[in-house]
Amino acid sequence: MGEMEQLRKEAESLKDQITAARKAVADATLPDTVSSTAVVGRVQLKTRKTLRGHLAKIYAMHWATDAKLCVSASQDGKLIVWDTLTTNKVNAIPLKSSWVMTCAYAPSGNMVACGGLDNMCSIYNLKGKDGNVKVMRELAAHTGYLSCCRFLSDSEIITSSGDCTCLLWDIETGTQKTTFAGHLGDCMSLAVPGDFKTFVSGACDFTAKLWDIRDSNCTHTFSGHESDVNAIAFFPNGNAVITGSDDATCKLFDLRSDQELITYQDSSIMCGVTSIAPSLSGRLILAGYDDFNVNIWDSLKAERVGVLAGHDNRVSCIGVSTDGMACCTGSWDSFLPSFSFKGQDNVMRLCKQNKQQYL
Amino acid sequence: MPCLSKVIPSIPHENTSSNFIKWLTRLSGQMERVVVSMQDPDMGVKLRNQRLLITVIPHAMTGNDIVEWLMQKFSVCDEEALHVGNLLVKFGYIYPLKEPRVLTLRPDETPYRFQTPYYWTSTRWPASELDYAIYLAKKNIRKQGELIEHEKESYNMLHKRINHTWDFVVMQAREQLRASKQRRKADRIVLECQEQAYWLVNRPPPGMMDVLDQGPERKNILNSRVQLVVPTCVCVCVCVCSFVKYCEQYQPHDPIMQGCLPSNPWITDDAMYWTINSDSVAVPTKLRVERWSFSFVELLSDPMGQRELMAYLEKEFSAENLCFWQACEDLRHGENSKIPSKVDEIYKQFLAPGATRWVNIDSKTMEKTLQGIKQPHRFVLDDAQMHIYFLMKKVMSTDLHGGTCVFPFMRRQRHSSPSPAMLTQTGEDDGKTKHHGTGNV
Repeated sequence: MGEMEQLRKEAESLKDQITAARKAVADATLPDTVSSTAVVGRVQLKTRKTLRGHLAKIYAMHWATDAKLCVSASQDGKLIVWDTLTTNKVNAIPLKSSWVMTCAYAPSGNMVACGGLDNMCSIYNLKGKDGNVKVMRELAAHTGYLSCCRFLSDSEIITSSGDCTCLLWDIETGTQKTTFAGHLGDCMSLAVPGDFKTFVSGACDFTAKLWDIRDSNCTHTFSGHESDVNAIAFFPNGNAVITGSDDATCKLFDLRSDQELITYQDSSIMCGVTSIAPSLSGRLILAGYDDFNVNIWDSLKAERVGVLAGHDNRVSCIGVSTDGMACCTGSWDSFLPSFSFKGQDNVMRLCKQNKQQYL
Repeated sequence: MPCLSKVIPSIPHENTSSNFIKWLTRLSGQMERVVVSMQDPDMGVKLRNQRLLITVIPHAMTGNDIVEWLMQKFSVCDEEALHVGNLLVKFGYIYPLKEPRVLTLRPDETPYRFQTPYYWTSTRWPASELDYAIYLAKKNIRKQGELIEHEKESYNMLHKRINHTWDFVVMQAREQLRASKQRRKADRIVLECQEQAYWLVNRPPPGMMDVLDQGPERKNILNSRVQLVVPTCVCVCVCVCSFVKYCEQYQPHDPIMQGCLPSNPWITDDAMYWTINSDSVAVPTKLRVERWSFSFVELLSDPMGQRELMAYLEKEFSAENLCFWQACEDLRHGENSKIPSKVDEIYKQFLAPGATRWVNIDSKTMEKTLQGIKQPHRFVLDDAQMHIYFLMKKVMSTDLHGGTCVFPFMRRQRHSSPSPAMLTQTGEDDGKTKHHGTGNV
């Protein structure tokens, strides 16, 4: 046989082997196993704060590790660092390019980063000597738009791009260190787990990939979605990945058994998922949709247990603070309401001040 | 008509590892093509159900069928067909169903089955030590005394060599045994046969020909061979249970599920919760300490947890381990330009013979590390750091299987802290009424 034909057959046989291996360990399904787990019950959230200040669509937000500050990026050309409890703006950073699509807060709290259609990742030092926030580095090497970025530390950052690759950068020298290539479509989002040894990326080739940062290999590829994977996050124990896609579903992929465990879908939901975040214990998954809502899913039973309907336009980003106490959503209606969680006792509390807040 | 010599490539003349690997790859590729065509529903070997005592095993074939099919397919005499069939059995593509399980093809009514691709040589070679340990542990747990002599030796040797992951091995073995009990008997028998056949090929008893043996000098290369394609999968059952357990364990710590005490700052605008949980607080809350007990990782992720651990280790005169671990973390996440000087500093303090804070690393890892630091990079101390991490974890924890690490100093904390959050921990009702009382408009 010709070599091409041979390689094709080998690839097919490898795919079969992977499927067989996954099947070999598929001795249970998530729904069966959790049938005896207690139900969550209705989850109700209330808007506690609304962060006003952006003049155009908000594309991204990211919490700082102290669970009080967060950064948001909007296409009005501003990066704003908020003190969410007081709703004060700590920094309002003007950007060179207003077409920003992502932002990130460094774990140390010393830096923020953003990027977008300028194909660059700009890093800003928040703790400069004279108090001014200045551009520290401009990381340029991508040939496509910057869709997401996440800091590993003050020295390293990972970016994902519309050029189908992810890059690991050395911030000090401003150079790229590793390229993670393998996706066949625009990389839309990425997520980093607590140990910073791996990361996952979701792309427009309908798959999610897990990469080893040290070896730059793709160790797992998860398929199953029928459209672009827009949002991705790690389950808090680091052993699973949750994804949100334009096919209106979210999925949970388990890393150790290398397969999809559960899909979060409902026949009444027909629009794409734009953003996703798990609660601290992982029992709840919050997902933002194109229909202006945020749906709250019971991650184990795959049932919808709540809805946040406080936006007047598509929900573009969502984040749960590191202590799990509050969730912040950003939207194309240019508000960033911060919701906190009530318990299951439905005591009606009037929300604070602002007349436009959702009760 | 395919010629037999094209099916089986000849063994390489030059006795080197890379040649062996190339040969094995080509051979297994060829064998797989044969085996795949043997399983063709129309043109393949006739399969039938095989009765084993009271259980019926599907998709089995006799030795006779195999030989006849090979004779017909390759137009060869029965001797050559038997030879090829034997190779297929020896390399693990076909396995015998009945005892005694010997890797030979008998041209009679002896039943055989095709090995699942999961266990093919091309996908799972070289066999992983961890997998073998789990297999032996399963055998040992299932029936005491079931391990034969050479398996007993291997078991003891592995127990010494990978001692730091032995709890994981036992846990895996138990979980796999539990999962298999829930299967249909026929499936269980088949899976056991498949696994046993795989290990017969990859860890043959002494006296049996080891087809995968590369000779003494090749064994060094074995360690560096990248295990590719199919990752080691864990049973879905185990994974699912771990998620359920995680959610249950962390539920009291998840404000959305169970609120938080003294109050959620977002609801009451009272930042007391953050104050009593800050890094610089004198006494940790009960919930915080409980979280440290979930896993060693939790303890290390909390700066206060690290401080407590350091204080404890200092009393036990083994603080250098945590210092070393912290230095490795700093290296891994720090600036690129500082890497050579940091590695040098770490060597002087922790690794050099006679160093003031010498850490106890096994000789193999030490050798590899000392070799690696000649060309320092961010991950050069990963192995050593992992070793010390497991050492600390083992020393500190009393009950790993249940997922709880109980540290002596934590027991003391639980009873003595006067923090308000801890006092109200005992009753959720207390917390709720408190909420009601402070409800504001």
